[in-house]
Amino acid sequence: MTNAAITADAPVRPAHYGSVSRDRRWAMRWSYFFLVLFAIFFLMPPFYMLLTSLKTSGEISAATNPWWVFDPTLDNYIALLTKNEFLIFFRNSAMVSICVVSVTMVISVLAAFSLARMKFWGSATLATGVFLTYLVPDTLLFIPLFKMFAWFRDLTGIELINHWWTMIILYPTLSVPFATWIMIGYFASIPKELDEAALIDGASWFQTLTKIFIPVAMPGIIAAMIFSFTVSWAQFLYPLAFTTSSSELLLPVGIVTTLIKGDVFNWGQIMTGALLGAAPPLIIYAFLMDYYVAGLTAGATKG
Amino acid sequence: MAQVTLRKVFKKYDEVPAVRGVDLDIADKEFIVLVGPSGCGKSTTLRMIAGLEEITGGDIAIGGNIVNDVPPKDRDIAMVFQNYALYPHMNVYENMSFGLKLKKTPKDEIDRRVRAAAGILDITELLDRKPKALSGGQRQRVAMGRAIVRDPKVFLFDEPLSNLDAKLRVQMRTEIKKVHQKVRTTTVYVTHDQVEAMTLADRVVVMNAGLIEQVGTPNDLYHSPTTKFVAGFIGSPAMNFISCQLEQAAGALRIRVNDKLSFPVPSERTARYTPQVGKPKLVLGLRPEHIIETRPHVEPNQHDFDMTIEVVEPMGMETLVYFTVNGVEVCGRVNPNAGAAAGRSMKLRADLSNMHLIDDTTGKVL
Repeated sequence: MTNAAITADAPVRPAHYGSVSRDRRWAMRWSYFFLVLFAIFFLMPPFYMLLTSLKTSGEISAATNPWWVFDPTLDNYIALLTKNEFLIFFRNSAMVSICVVSVTMVISVLAAFSLARMKFWGSATLATGVFLTYLVPDTLLFIPLFKMFAWFRDLTGIELINHWWTMIILYPTLSVPFATWIMIGYFASIPKELDEAALIDGASWFQTLTKIFIPVAMPGIIAAMIFSFTVSWAQFLYPLAFTTSSSELLLPVGIVTTLIKGDVFNWGQIMTGALLGAAPPLIIYAFLMDYYVAGLTAGATKG
Repeated sequence: MAQVTLRKVFKKYDEVPAVRGVDLDIADKEFIVLVGPSGCGKSTTLRMIAGLEEITGGDIAIGGNIVNDVPPKDRDIAMVFQNYALYPHMNVYENMSFGLKLKKTPKDEIDRRVRAAAGILDITELLDRKPKALSGGQRQRVAMGRAIVRDPKVFLFDEPLSNLDAKLRVQMRTEIKKVHQKVRTTTVYVTHDQVEAMTLADRVVVMNAGLIEQVGTPNDLYHSPTTKFVAGFIGSPAMNFISCQLEQAAGALRIRVNDKLSFPVPSERTARYTPQVGKPKLVLGLRPEHIIETRPHVEPNQHDFDMTIEVVEPMGMETLVYFTVNGVEVCGRVNPNAGAAAGRSMKLRADLSNMHLIDDTTGKVL
């Protein structure tokens, strides 16, 4: 009775139901607008590469609509994949990348663990130093490295220049500092109590690293692996400067040096080579992205 | 046999002392609680017993052996952390067996011990789960299970219940007490919650500013605190501290609170307090439950006084009344039916047979 009376007498206030969802709808529209814009912007070059790779040399130079393939052909792919050189570049690049990723991960995980957890004299300074190393560009490093290699040859008689495997020594100068930096950050986010619990449980430092830290930091480790793979797969300057024989070239340099002869650009094959070269990182990203994003640390401590 | 002994234990962090000479003897099978405000050095003390912090000075012995330079894994201790510190990539079984595996314990022995501990803690059906699939209370049980399976000489608890909600905290408190009654392992438990300390401990160690203020059974600390700090820290609502003077008038000892208010000292205390007559800066310490309402059928006496009540807090089984004496707020506990009302005057009685007289310059209870 009284309740009904109150409701009846209550002033009527215009309700604004749905204003939140309307705001949200507008926000979504704008986000989609810009996302589509950026997607078009960034996907245009690869799309153009794909189109060009499906054209004959004649069609590429013909004055037709460049955004359409009138006479699709797989000739470029067949030519490149049956060419021995290209397969050697591919193998060289693959070997270098696999080795560089392995070397980088071993060094950076061990370095990051000790810098993040074993508080020793100068560890903080060293950690900053690692990051500063990353800031030195490769364009600045390759001349001193050249000098060092010459000096090394004079000393030992071992020639490091013009070998694809030299890149396994060179690339970590770029990948290790950044991978270490990522891993320091990741290890630092693991609660201190976790290694203390392991310490009390009887684990040595090395066991704490292998049995606790590496499994827990797997997303970070995969991020660092993706990074170092990308660095070594796409690196252009070092192989350009340090290798010359066609059997020692890596993919990015190989495509450019063998498919551009003087002022003749074999655009069809260049585009095909670039597209094939971009495939491995793409596949790796596609498969590991979920892992990379997944938060494995959930539930370690309170939550 | 696992008594723990601390002798003049010091800890400094870059010249800042955290623990300033702690002496403590913990008996075998005893449940000791270190309690104090944050920054009092209780956690540091526990971590030094665990071996997670190096000690700057003094000696720590576990089971009669000095362990100053012994790494944590060789001290035969187990620790339960505030945030549980479960290994997130291992299931409950693996979490509990990790320490045993590292010690190369035979598989069937590990299995037997893990299942026994899981049985004690009632987590047998959780053994296959990952920590993230557990609730806070379950995680805390697993953390305790990890400690129990190792059958250590000493259990160390570092504020294990602080992350749980109030109801669960009370539940787990009982759980911890039960577990201790079953396994009878020497236990050192750190908390800032004095209720937890009182309910769990065989003996409570109250710490303040890196030093031990008092060690004693919960009842000792409550009824016979030796310092003002302990008197104020233990008990909720806290003990009232009212500045006062001791005067000798006509052969009788009186506590004078102000011009209007004074009480005769109970006869059994006169001998103890007589030397303090005329001393400056004396404080009368009286717990809220010793300020009660006068009852109609009880003879009025000299400990009765009238006071205007400012705030009334009904708690159900009792009502807290607040009033001001000498500029400080004083709390009393009265019967809910005594008719206490804010702004009204009330006849109260001070039960001085339970009083404490404190020298405010030294902070000691006289």
